Amino acid sequence: MNGTARRVWALLYRHLALYRRSWPRAAELIYYPVLQMLIWGFTARFIASHPVTTFSLAGSMLIGGVLLWEIALRSQMGVAVSFLEEIWSRNLGHLFVSPLRPSELVAGLIGVSFLRMLVGLIPAIALAWLLYAFDLFQMGPILVLFFANLMVMGWWVALAVVSLILRHGAGAETMAWAVLFGLTPFSAVFYPVSVLPMALRPVALALPSAHVFEGMRAVLLHGAVAWGEMGWAIGLNVIWTAGAMVLFARQFRAARVRGALISIGE
Amino acid sequence: MVEGLVKRYGRDTLAVDGIDFRVPEGMTVGLLGGNGAGKTTTLALLLGLLIPTAGRITVLGYDMARDRFPALARMNFSSPYVALPQRLTVAENLRVYGHLYGVARLDRRIADLAEELDLGEFLHRPAGQLSAGQKTRVALAKALINHPEVLLLDEPTASLDPDSADWVRGWLERYRAERRCAILLASHNMGEVERLCTEVLVLKKGRLVDRGSPGALIARYGREDLEEVFLDIARGRQAARIGA
Repeated sequence: MNGTARRVWALLYRHLALYRRSWPRAAELIYYPVLQMLIWGFTARFIASHPVTTFSLAGSMLIGGVLLWEIALRSQMGVAVSFLEEIWSRNLGHLFVSPLRPSELVAGLIGVSFLRMLVGLIPAIALAWLLYAFDLFQMGPILVLFFANLMVMGWWVALAVVSLILRHGAGAETMAWAVLFGLTPFSAVFYPVSVLPMALRPVALALPSAHVFEGMRAVLLHGAVAWGEMGWAIGLNVIWTAGAMVLFARQFRAARVRGALISIGE
Repeated sequence: MVEGLVKRYGRDTLAVDGIDFRVPEGMTVGLLGGNGAGKTTTLALLLGLLIPTAGRITVLGYDMARDRFPALARMNFSSPYVALPQRLTVAENLRVYGHLYGVARLDRRIADLAEELDLGEFLHRPAGQLSAGQKTRVALAKALINHPEVLLLDEPTASLDPDSADWVRGWLERYRAERRCAILLASHNMGEVERLCTEVLVLKKGRLVDRGSPGALIARYGREDLEEVFLDIARGRQAARIGA
């Protein structure tokens, strides 16, 4: 392993060891995705029991929406909460005086987030299949693009949240849970963008998630891949990721000027 | 090497005011000063946690403003005020930092440290369940995991009983002698500074107000020990003593 790989692995190992020694943390990873699946799954089953075909498709779209949105939510929380773990354990000082580069810190947090997301989502996907006969993989290979776009969106939102924490301290920690929930109405998870008022549609269309969910509905309703929507989602993710990286780099430097890396837990 | 180091927070707070010093290989330099004198800020500047307002820091030939990571890999730091993850065992913590510092033959290194610092009894216990003395030894093990050539220590024996503190000081003396390590030590324990340091830098309100070997300072102020010198400086009696 080269130096960068070892430092990223150090962070992964640190969080894996934490979850191994803290069952409430490990249980929490699975708890919320499974709970969401139960609530929305039964709602979808009720809707699907309606005799009209469109309604039965709406059930699939609900379950698909819940599962895919969990990818973005868990990816975002995985990065932001893992960063907060370092603040809560007062370990940031040791990390930032080690040879760990900020980019390696972010890579490590993304790795932790990916593992957390898998641990949370696999039981929910299995539950959707067992209880509601919903096979997420029926969407075909395009699902990989849905997954990738929503993960990347979760990560850049998390990078922005970490930047806010660097700027405002641990007092901004609620952002780790709040920001992506706040974007849910604009992400068109359960309804098309056209349902939103005209004034809000540009907000939705600026988010990669809205395009992913339009793409998901195209697959489930028409069996067609909406490549245009995928193109928008990828392009927007590139732009937002670049913006979040610039924001993070600036806030990290500003934190070193203000001394926030020493007092961030306060 | 530190030249003209200044750290200002906002417009009003001048935490470090133009200090210069160097810590030669194989020497221990002490940073003395009351609370708010600028000791911790100086350490944070040296470690890259803070960006200086002005001045230059060079460690092991690297300019810390432009290229701090190669130097950080050869340095380390210990402070009782910066914790290690409490749920991880001592061995897991050392493993994390061993990987971060790119330590070769890490298992061997952890075993050696466990033996040298007497960690064996609690190596597989979560760090949060250790006594203050045990935590200090673990913090020291973390600080030594990469065989640092430059070691920055902030109150390394705080909260230790006299026996444990003496043991740590002895250990640091041996390490410095064997490895030719440069140590910068911030401490309020004057006996510790007298015993370990070859040179002492006295800070007050961010300024370097005096410097010299412990013996030279004691002689210059006409006092019995460094604690009395510290009190003279802290209470502004410096000029009177020298003039006397």
